[in-house]
Amino acid sequence: MRSAPRGAEGSALPRWVFAPAALGALLVVVPLVAVVLRVDWPDFVALVTSESSVAALRLSLRTATASTVACVVLGVPLALVLARSSLPGLRALRAVVLLPLVLPPVVGGLALLYAVGRQGVLGPPLEALGIRVAFTTAAVVLAQTFVSLPFLVVSVEGALRTAGRRYEAVAASLGAAPSRVLLRVTLPLVLPGLAAGVVLAFARSLGEFGATLTVAGSLQGVTRTLPLEIYLQRETDPDAAVALSLVLVVVAAVVVVGVHGRRGAGPGTR
Amino acid sequence: MRRPAAAAGLLVGTLLLAACGGGSGDPAASVPAPPSAAPVTITVFAAASLTGTFTRLGEQFEARTPGVRVTFSFAGSSDLASQVLAGAPADVFASADQANMAKVAELTAGRPVDFATNVLEIATPPGNPARITSLADLARPGLDVVVCAPQVPCGAAASTVEAAAGVDLRPVSEESSVTDVLGKVTSGEADAGLVYATDVAGAGDAVTGVTFPESAGAVNTYPVAALSGSAHPGAAAAFRDFVTSPEGRATLAAAGFGAPGS
Repeated sequence: MRSAPRGAEGSALPRWVFAPAALGALLVVVPLVAVVLRVDWPDFVALVTSESSVAALRLSLRTATASTVACVVLGVPLALVLARSSLPGLRALRAVVLLPLVLPPVVGGLALLYAVGRQGVLGPPLEALGIRVAFTTAAVVLAQTFVSLPFLVVSVEGALRTAGRRYEAVAASLGAAPSRVLLRVTLPLVLPGLAAGVVLAFARSLGEFGATLTVAGSLQGVTRTLPLEIYLQRETDPDAAVALSLVLVVVAAVVVVGVHGRRGAGPGTR
Repeated sequence: MRRPAAAAGLLVGTLLLAACGGGSGDPAASVPAPPSAAPVTITVFAAASLTGTFTRLGEQFEARTPGVRVTFSFAGSSDLASQVLAGAPADVFASADQANMAKVAELTAGRPVDFATNVLEIATPPGNPARITSLADLARPGLDVVVCAPQVPCGAAASTVEAAAGVDLRPVSEESSVTDVLGKVTSGEADAGLVYATDVAGAGDAVTGVTFPESAGAVNTYPVAALSGSAHPGAAAAFRDFVTSPEGRATLAAAGFGAPGS
């Protein structure tokens, strides 16, 4: 994957860099290895295929997929506006959109509760329309979308800025309408960045815990996603919690490898 | 080109050293203080449901025991038991149930002493808008009821009273802690929740409590024990004894806890 010049750059690194770098790597590796060591292997399959585990895994995959779709539908236009438009207040908009990256998820959950909860700002109008959000799978998707959206926006906006406007300008000068430029030139150019954003958003959705717990509650098959199931199992069945943790670690690893592979291959990524 | 790198290395090294120095604690801590003036600090691990009450008990204990300071770590009983087993520096452990105290049975100094009981109570939004008067009312269709998951003590108690009353609740959420149940009621998301009597008492005007006779079928008993790993066994035992003293009982009763053995 790595090209030759990069290797040469690597050899020019001062040696002292490697000590803290190794410590940094160990900080991540040791706990992950500890999880693997702690797994009750003889019962592993039974633990991760129990009714509640499977229900949680299925719910997690369903909701993470739905929220990733929502992130693409909402996040790509948002990234386009942030990278290409000259609306006033763009900096403030970017700051607000990226806020969930640094907010504790519980705070996000509370904010969502005050927005769409029964007593929230939008609660009564939604209730009048017969829509209940709290305690539903929709609330899980909402919470996941809230925390994952910035990942997609950052990835796509970065790719848009790297790609530049030259090809768009050429296409426009040849008479292509804005929509055609967007669909035939801009989006294909940022596809690798979009793919990376999709994978990151999916991964963040899969790991969502705090906001979900706050706004959606926890009920098997409805709102109890894998992280919530792990948190609950830990109370009575640590072995099940560890086994499920490993499942989540493996899924996360697959996702990260997916992003990394694409980053190495794709030309349009940062 | 080498000089900036060397300077940067020196800087990072210094920072790392400074960070390490900070991590090992302040120098004063390693110097043995004179025994008479030395304030002894004991750490009490107490169940989350004891947060308000034990904070008050700690203040009362410090006031009548000069030279002893009490710090608390409040969390779920099973978390605390795990931490004690893992060697956490705790002097006293107060559990919300017998099961988690049993986990640390090898590590207690003396037998655990039961000091309080707690029963379930229905929490509703202020004024009880759904007019809930009994446990059976919670099974009414259209009511959003939140309970604890059966895996945690308050959920186990909820299952017990449900079975005893012959009521089949269809909760919209099974939370992993009683505070989350209370939160769903105080935020108005749920019409009712099953929590402990002390949670209702502690929430003040934020909820209205509804007691029900079936709660007597699932009484949680709280044991407290001094831990054998304590560096201050005298102070640890004194705190345990204070919790079970008449003064301690009065504070617990004011918070809604029942007396054990009653």
